Amino acid sequence: MRKKGIAQDLSFRAMDEKIEKAFKAIMALAVMVPFVILAVLLIDTAVDGLPRLGWDFLTGFPSRFAARAGILSPLAGSAILMILTAAIALPLGIGAAIYLEEYAGKNAVTAFIEINISNLAGVPSIIYGLLGLGLFVRFMNMGRSLLAGAATLSLMVLPMIIMAARESMRMVPGDLREAAYALGADKWTTIRKIVLPLSLPGILTGVILSLSRAIGETAPIITIGALTYVAFLPDSVMSPFTALPVQIFNWISRPQSDFHVNAAAGIIVLLVIMILMNSLAIALRYRLQRRID
Amino acid sequence: METIEPISGHKEKGGDEDRRDYTGIRDGAAVIKTVALRAWFGSLMALKGVDILIAAGAVTAIIGPSGCGKSTFIRTLNRMHEGVPGARVSGSVYFAGQDIYDPKVNPVMLRRRIGMVFQKPNPFPMMSVKDNVLAGIPLQGTRGSAGDDVLERSLRQAALWDEVKDVLDKPGTSLSGGQQQRLCIARALAIEPEILLMDEPCSALDPIATAKIEDLIHSLRGGITIIIVTHNMQQAARVSDYTAFFYMGELVEYCDTDTLFKSPHKTRTEDYITGRFG
Ligand SMILES: Nc1ncnc2c1ncn2[C@@H]1O[C@H](COP(=O)(O)OP(=O)(O)OP(=O)(O)O)[C@@H](O)[C@H]1O
Ligand SMILES: [Mg+2]
Repeated sequence: MRKKGIAQDLSFRAMDEKIEKAFKAIMALAVMVPFVILAVLLIDTAVDGLPRLGWDFLTGFPSRFAARAGILSPLAGSAILMILTAAIALPLGIGAAIYLEEYAGKNAVTAFIEINISNLAGVPSIIYGLLGLGLFVRFMNMGRSLLAGAATLSLMVLPMIIMAARESMRMVPGDLREAAYALGADKWTTIRKIVLPLSLPGILTGVILSLSRAIGETAPIITIGALTYVAFLPDSVMSPFTALPVQIFNWISRPQSDFHVNAAAGIIVLLVIMILMNSLAIALRYRLQRRID
Repeated sequence: METIEPISGHKEKGGDEDRRDYTGIRDGAAVIKTVALRAWFGSLMALKGVDILIAAGAVTAIIGPSGCGKSTFIRTLNRMHEGVPGARVSGSVYFAGQDIYDPKVNPVMLRRRIGMVFQKPNPFPMMSVKDNVLAGIPLQGTRGSAGDDVLERSLRQAALWDEVKDVLDKPGTSLSGGQQQRLCIARALAIEPEILLMDEPCSALDPIATAKIEDLIHSLRGGITIIIVTHNMQQAARVSDYTAFFYMGELVEYCDTDTLFKSPHKTRTEDYITGRFG
């Protein structure tokens, strides 16, 4: 009797295993699909763009002739945009996170703010572009400047930064705060000397990841009116500008296939920048984990 | 949660049911005095009215079964208890001529005079051994750097100097568990507190590390008042002058350590120290 019972169990398990195997295969396939698509895209772009990549391309200004056109002004525009965006969004994001995490009471207003921060993170980027156009470009008279672009991108990345900052502040062990209090530290000093230094790598990880998303954003930048033909380097934050995705978009929209080669090369530059930023973020996260353990 | 079986034939030994304090400590010799001290976690009353006098310069052990309120008690003495969400305190704790629960008292300033060592060693992970010892200075917002004499004195007091004097710039977390705990003791001593609260400081340590900490408690005796929570009754017997036995949020018996372990006045105490419960 007992043996039979076990035998039955075995046959059931064999059945389960078959189903499990089938599911595993389906799921592996599901993983492969986006991977293959990505690989095809990358290879296609690389084949088109790599021959065009060179010092001339990186240091040249746009031109009517595809073979002479370079990427310097959009590259500079994107770099300055990122720096300005970080300079605006980082203090605002950390400030908001400190307030929400450490000082805000648990009440309806806080709950409302928290829900809306998550909602804001999901708003399509073109909406931020329209907001930036109305608020910064027109109402605040910033014009179609780098500053207006950075302010717009800051609004867009702020929710992500706030959420990342709160999460890494929450990861700081409570017994370290208690240790600081027990040594006669007040709350603000504890936040400044213990909580922030320990959560900074995590916060920076969030900032870099959100910036690497922002650097590829085209819609808000076009909406607030980035130029598509800029044959000069910006001389101030009020200067008009162009950015990598805008330039790429412009090249792709042209009928001549020579410009499509430029676009492919531009995409490679953009991808390399994003990969570098993401690697930096991963390295920082690793450092944070090592410091807290 | 422990429940004690009523043990038939046992009655309170001393005729006086209400008496708890058998130490004979006078008000004048006490550094801390609590009156009707109650503490809550939300609706749970974890301390149910504790009156106790802590003798200045002595080592006082707090013993009792798990959950009886030992940690809660010492955390009310430096106002750490109220940091827990929903936690509340009533009654009075007199220290340095003031009720520390008077609204005029700033808990931050109080904690600069009453240090604390926790159950789990908690050195600051981003700081070196040296910076950990001296962490109280920046954390108290004092400018300037304390001399190396504070560093060496605190580490010597914590019986750690010889082991770390060559690795002062290494991360505090790179030390062994026992060394980390002595580092935390040095860190607490560096701010020169009048009282040191220790919540089971040896429970995460091996016997050798424990012996080192017991030795350092011995050497600190007299200079500083120590209140130590411990689960280990041998340890209480070894290091303390007075022992307080807590049970279910109440102080059951408070006595000099020898008497408490040799001939306790209360049946509850005797049951606990002989291992009949807890
Ligand atoms: N953070 C908390 N929230 C709610 N209740 C708590 C909290 N901490 C402790 N308590 C409760 O308060 C009572 C006293 O706890 P306390 O930690 O003071 O006991 P203890 O004597 O230190 O125990 P142990 O020996 O296990 O450390 C217990 O019933 C416990 O469950
Ligand atoms: Mg405890």
